[in-house]
This record gives sequence, C-alpha cells and structure tokens, in this order.
Amino acid sequence: MGKKLAVTGNQAIAEAMRQINPDVCAAYPITPSTEVMQRFASFVANGKVDTELVTVESEHSAMSACIGASAAGGRVMTATSSQGLALMWEMLHIASGMRLPVVMTLVNRALSAPINIHGDHSDGMGARDCGWIQLWSENAQEAYDNLIQAIRIAEHDDVRLPAMVCMDGFIISHSIESMEFLSDDVVKEFIGEFKPKNPLLDVNNPVTYGPLVLPDFFMEFKRQQHEAMLNAKDVVLQVAKEFEKVSGRSYGLFEEYRLDDAEIAIVVLNSAAGTCKDVVDEYRDRGIKVGLLKPRLFRPFPYKEVADALSGAKVIGAYLTGLTPLVVSDQCTWRLPQP
Amino acid sequence: MKGWRELEIGAITEAGSADSYNTGSWRAFRPRWIEENCIQCLFCWIYCPDSAITVKDGKRGEFDYNHCKGCGICAMECPGKKGKKAIVMEEEGK
Repeated sequence: MGKKLAVTGNQAIAEAMRQINPDVCAAYPITPSTEVMQRFASFVANGKVDTELVTVESEHSAMSACIGASAAGGRVMTATSSQGLALMWEMLHIASGMRLPVVMTLVNRALSAPINIHGDHSDGMGARDCGWIQLWSENAQEAYDNLIQAIRIAEHDDVRLPAMVCMDGFIISHSIESMEFLSDDVVKEFIGEFKPKNPLLDVNNPVTYGPLVLPDFFMEFKRQQHEAMLNAKDVVLQVAKEFEKVSGRSYGLFEEYRLDDAEIAIVVLNSAAGTCKDVVDEYRDRGIKVGLLKPRLFRPFPYKEVADALSGAKVIGAYLTGLTPLVVSDQCTWRLPQP
Repeated sequence: MKGWRELEIGAITEAGSADSYNTGSWRAFRPRWIEENCIQCLFCWIYCPDSAITVKDGKRGEFDYNHCKGCGICAMECPGKKGKKAIVMEEEGK
C-alpha cells in the first residue's frame, strides 16, 4: 500500500496528475482550483513529469488547447472552477463531440453573480449535459481515486469521452485531511499507456477533425455519443473493480449509507454527504430509519440503479448544494420528524 | 448510407479540403471572363478568396465554377484594358 499523508484536496489532485504524467496540460488559474495547476506547474519546472504545460490566456483557450493536444494524440488534463468552466462551455461540447478523452478536475465553486469563491454546484450542474462523464467526490481521497479511474474510463474503447472529476471548493480543495496515496508504479501500471485514435500527428495517415456534418449524418454521431455514455456505466464498474484490487478501496455508481431498511432517504452529492452521514447516525440512534445515497457517477446518471436503491424509502429528499432559482418548488421541501 | 454503427466516431474523416466538394452551387452572380480585355495581371487570382481562378504557365484560364461563390471581388479589382473590364458579373440563370 502507498503512503498515508495529510494533504489538501488540491494537493491530492496535483499528486494524482504527477503520477498520471499526462502529455499535455493547458490551464488558466481560477480560485479554488488554482493550487492544482500551481503545484503541477512546479512538478513540470522541477522535471518530475514529462508534461508540456501550456499557459493560456483564458479557460476557453485552455480547453481549446486541450482539444488540439488530444486530437494530436496526447493524454491531456486540466483543472478549473466556476466561471472558468462556464467560459469553457462551448469547447466542452467540441471535446465530447470529437470523442476526445480529456480528463479535467472541476473544483466546484458557485457561479456569479453575486460573486462567491466558495463551493456550490452550479458550475458542474451547468455542464451536466455537455457530453462529459462526471464523477463526484466526497473528499480528497475520493477525488484522487476518481481522477486516476477517470483516465481509464475516458480512454476505454467503448467510451472515448471526456471526463470531469468534481470536488467541493475550499471544503475539500483547501482543507487538510489524511488520505492514502498509491505508489507511482501502481498508478503507472493501472492507467497504462495512452492509445491515441486517429491522431493528427500520425502524418502518414492524415485525418480531418471537425468537418461540417449536416442533418443527414448529425444524429448518427449524436447516437454514437449516446451509446458511449450508456457504455460508460459498465466501464465505471469494471474500472472500479480493478481499482479495488490495487487500492483496497471499493467504488460503485453511488454510495449507500445505512440505506437498506431506511424509510427516509437523503440524496446528496460531494462533501455535504460526509456531514449527512453524521446526521443519519444521529437519527438512527434515536430509532428513526434514515439512510443516505451519495451519487458518484452523475453523468451518465444510473437512473435504474438509483431508483432500485431508493425503492424502499417512503420519503426521499434530495439536497442541492446551492439553490437553482425556481427549479425546486416549495412543495418539494420536507422536514425530518423531530424525535 | 452508413449508420451510426459503421461511421468512425467523432466524425473524424479522411484528410482533404473543399476541393472535392461543389461549394459554388449557391452563387447568385456569375463572373464572366472577357479574354480580349485581359492584360494577365493576375489580380483576380491574388484576390480570389476561394482559389477559383485557374492559372497555367503563368496565364489565367477559365473560372473554377465549382468553387466560385460569385462574390465579385475579381470583377471589382480587375483593371481591364483601356477602360474595359476583363471580368463582369452576370446574374445566374439569365
């Protein structure tokens, strides 16, 4: 087993990126994800990685450079938050449409206005339907583990889609917690060598990326993307199984906490799930059957599996980190019975 | 026609250019070359945004109507001979 260290979430991500050693990283700093690339940039400067680091003038350019590098045939990574992801939005669709397995960490932060550097999920939710796989993480350990697995999932032949690993800004990105790292060799072996598909740098077999596709063929390519998304669910489970062998940590499509006989189920993403587990324990101690479901794979959303897991509950409450105006009606709010 | 199962993912296709497509089909005005007024200055060849002026052995030839979109830049730039243009724009279909 690897080392156990006390680190921030951002440090954990930067360390995962060092171990993954991608060919190209293009990034633009934004709070609270800045520290990821700041730490990674020092790995580049100190020769700890072979990565070509491209410092660009905006997140739109960062994602554009990632797309170019990925199409060229490289393993490509980046990180961003909030407005940064919003500025990437146009290019997110290009990456998924061209089936480029770019892997990005999203350190969740609220979208302006009013400006707030802390973490709600409006950024990630806004990118929900961009054709990217989304893995959400409760803590630094999960973010680290998810990022390493995301490489395998995104690059899998049945998938070939970009993937985003989400973790909460500040609560996780800047808080120090104890976690376990895998050794460099284990990560290297686990992710394997990147096998590019139709790389632009293969000059003997020239290809065109991004041609005009009109209605006669457009839906054929969208169908391919849809099928790849459907495939992703099985691949996520398969990769998780392999990951458990090297790490001893098991992952599924979501985590169930005391959900088996729960009459009241809470569905919550990321760090708030950690707090919720304490609340569940507290209510269980009082004899109230409360349980928790924490989605991990959010895109593609495992509808059937989630529905099955929640089928025993009489009441289901979904907690959103952040409030999307008018999406949640007053009728949907509920209260736990006071013991 | 190929279905989604047969097509290469991501719409990645063979390398090429618009050379193999007829992109001149939506032209509303058509340039006509009047050879007797042409001084072979090749301004039309320089200015054409669609490389639709064919040149052989340093002399211009006929328009490549598969790629000419009828923008009229060549006709505008053409100095002609003794006040007479070597390129004139005419409405398509007339």
